[in-house]
Amino acid sequence: MTAELVIFFLLAGLAVAGALNLILQRHPIHSALSLVVVMMALAGLYLLQGAEFIAAVQIIVYAGAIMVLFIFVIMLLNAGEEERTNLSRMARWVGLPLGIFLLLQLVYWIGRAPEAPATVAASPAQTRKLAMMLFQEFVFPFELTSILILIAILGALVLAKKES
Amino acid sequence: MSELLAQHPILVVSLTKIIVLMFLLMTALAYLTWFERKVVAHIQSRWGPYRAGPHGLLQPLADGLKFLFKEDVTPGGADRFIYFLAPFLSMSLALTSIALIPFGPKDITVFGQRTGLAVADLNIGLLFLFAITSLGVYGVALAGWSSNSKYPLLGGLRSSAQMVSYELSLTMSVVGVLLLAGSFNLREIIAAQSGFVRGILPRWNIIASPMPQLLGFLCFFTAAIAETNRLPFDLPEAESELVAGFHTEYASFKFAMFFLGEYASMVTVSCLATILFFGGWLSPFPESPLFAWTRFLPTALLAAGGLWVILDGVRYETIFGRILLPLLGLALCALAYGVSRPGVVDFVQGPFWFLAKVFVFLFLYIWVRGTLPRFRYDQLMAVGWKLLLPVSMANVVLTSFAIVVGKR
Repeated sequence: MTAELVIFFLLAGLAVAGALNLILQRHPIHSALSLVVVMMALAGLYLLQGAEFIAAVQIIVYAGAIMVLFIFVIMLLNAGEEERTNLSRMARWVGLPLGIFLLLQLVYWIGRAPEAPATVAASPAQTRKLAMMLFQEFVFPFELTSILILIAILGALVLAKKES
Repeated sequence: MSELLAQHPILVVSLTKIIVLMFLLMTALAYLTWFERKVVAHIQSRWGPYRAGPHGLLQPLADGLKFLFKEDVTPGGADRFIYFLAPFLSMSLALTSIALIPFGPKDITVFGQRTGLAVADLNIGLLFLFAITSLGVYGVALAGWSSNSKYPLLGGLRSSAQMVSYELSLTMSVVGVLLLAGSFNLREIIAAQSGFVRGILPRWNIIASPMPQLLGFLCFFTAAIAETNRLPFDLPEAESELVAGFHTEYASFKFAMFFLGEYASMVTVSCLATILFFGGWLSPFPESPLFAWTRFLPTALLAAGGLWVILDGVRYETIFGRILLPLLGLALCALAYGVSRPGVVDFVQGPFWFLAKVFVFLFLYIWVRGTLPRFRYDQLMAVGWKLLLPVSMANVVLTSFAIVVGKR
C-alpha cells in the first residue's frame, strides 16, 4: 500500500466518521463541529488530488465562513439537546426504501466507474487553469450564479426588514 | 537516527525545523508579553514590570510558572470536550500559521539536506494562511459557548460576528498584492517586489508602480487587528463590559494557551504585513558602494546591545549584575563578531531585515493598543462593512485597471 493510499483511507475514514457522528450526536453544536471535520477531511482529499486551490477554498468558505455562521446561529438561539424520536410513518415507508435505493445506485455506478485518472502534481499552473476556465469558458454560468446569489441575499434582506 | 534520516530525509529535516522554530517562537512570544507591558507602561508614564530580574526581564518566566501552578477550575455544566478543545484549537492554529512564513531568501543545510528558511513552502501559501486564520474563530466562539456562562457566551457571539465580517476585508485587501505578484507563493510575492525605482526607492508593494497598495495596507492592517481580537477591536473580551469575555471561565494553562494563541497570531500578521506590503526580507538600501555599510547593521546593533547590557548590568550589585548580565553582553558581542564574518554576513541580511520589519509592526500593534479607546459594537460593524470592505474592493478595481493600462 502506498503512502498516498494510506492517507486516502485515513481521510476518507475521517470524513465518514464525521458524517456518522453528525447524525448520531444529539447536541446541535456537536453536530455542526462534526460537519466541520467532514469539510476538513474533504479538503484533505482535494489536496491529495493535487487541487490545492479547491482545498484552500473549501476550508476558507465552508469550514471558515459557512460553518461559523451555523455555530453563530446555534449559539444565538441557544438551541438545546434534541430528543430522539421514532421514525415517522413517512420516513419508514418512503424514506428508508428510497435511501436504500440511492445507496444501491451509488454502489452500482461507482463499481462501473472507469479507472480513476492519475493524480496531477500540484502546481501554480493548476490554479491558473481554473481561473481561465471560470472567467473565459464558463464566464456566463459563473456570472449567472453570482446574480442568483445576489437575488437570494436581497430576498433575505426584504424578509428580515422590520415592517414600518 | 541516521537510519531514519537516510530513509525519510524530508521528515527528519522538517521535524528539526519545527522543533527549533517552536523553541524560538515560544521564547519570542514570552518576551513579547514583557515588551508589550513595558511599552504600554511607558506610554502611560509608568515603569511596568521591574521587580523580577533587571528591567523585569524574568517576568515572563515568573508568569509562565504561575500559569502552570494555578488551580485549574472547570465550571459546572460546561461542555467538557469542547471546553478543553477550544484553547487547544486557538493555540495550535495560531502556531501552525507561522510554519508557512519564510524568514530569509537563502537555503540552510540541516543534516546534509539543503532546505529553505521556512517549515513549509507552499504554492498556495497565502491562501493556506487565510484558511488557517479563518478557522481561528472556532477557538474563541466555542470557548464562549462551552463555558456555560453568560459573559463568555456574549463574547463568543461577538467574536464570531466580528471575525466573519473582518475576514472579508482582510482577504479582499490583499488581492491587489496578488494581482501585482501573480502568485500565491509567499517567496514569489517577495521576489516580485525586488528592485529599485530610480536606483533609490525600493519597489515594495506599498509604493509600487503602477498602483501603490497604500489603501490595501491600511485595510489589511485594520482588519488584521480585528481578526486577532486586539484593541481597539477587542470586543470579544471587553473587560469593562464582559468581565474578560470569552475566556472568563478559563484559568491556569488553558488561559495561557489563549494568550499564546493571541500573541502568535500577532506575530503572523506582522510577518504577513512585512511580506505582502514591505518587501519581506529585501533590504531598503540599494546594492551600491555608497550603501555597503548597511550590510554591517546587524553587527552594529548586536554589539551596541551587548555593550549596553554590560554597562547597565554592572549597576546591579547582585549575581545578575556581576555575572549573568556581563556574560550575556559578551555573548551578544561575540554574536556580533560572528555575523560580520564573510559568508555569514550575506546570510544574515535577509532574516535581519525581515525581523526588523516584523518588530516595527509588533511595536505598531502595541502602540495602537496603548493609544486608542475601544470601539462600540455598532461602530465596529459599521467600520467593517461600510468602510473597509468598499475601500478594499475599490483597491482591487483600481489596481486591476492600473495594471491593464500600465501594460499598454
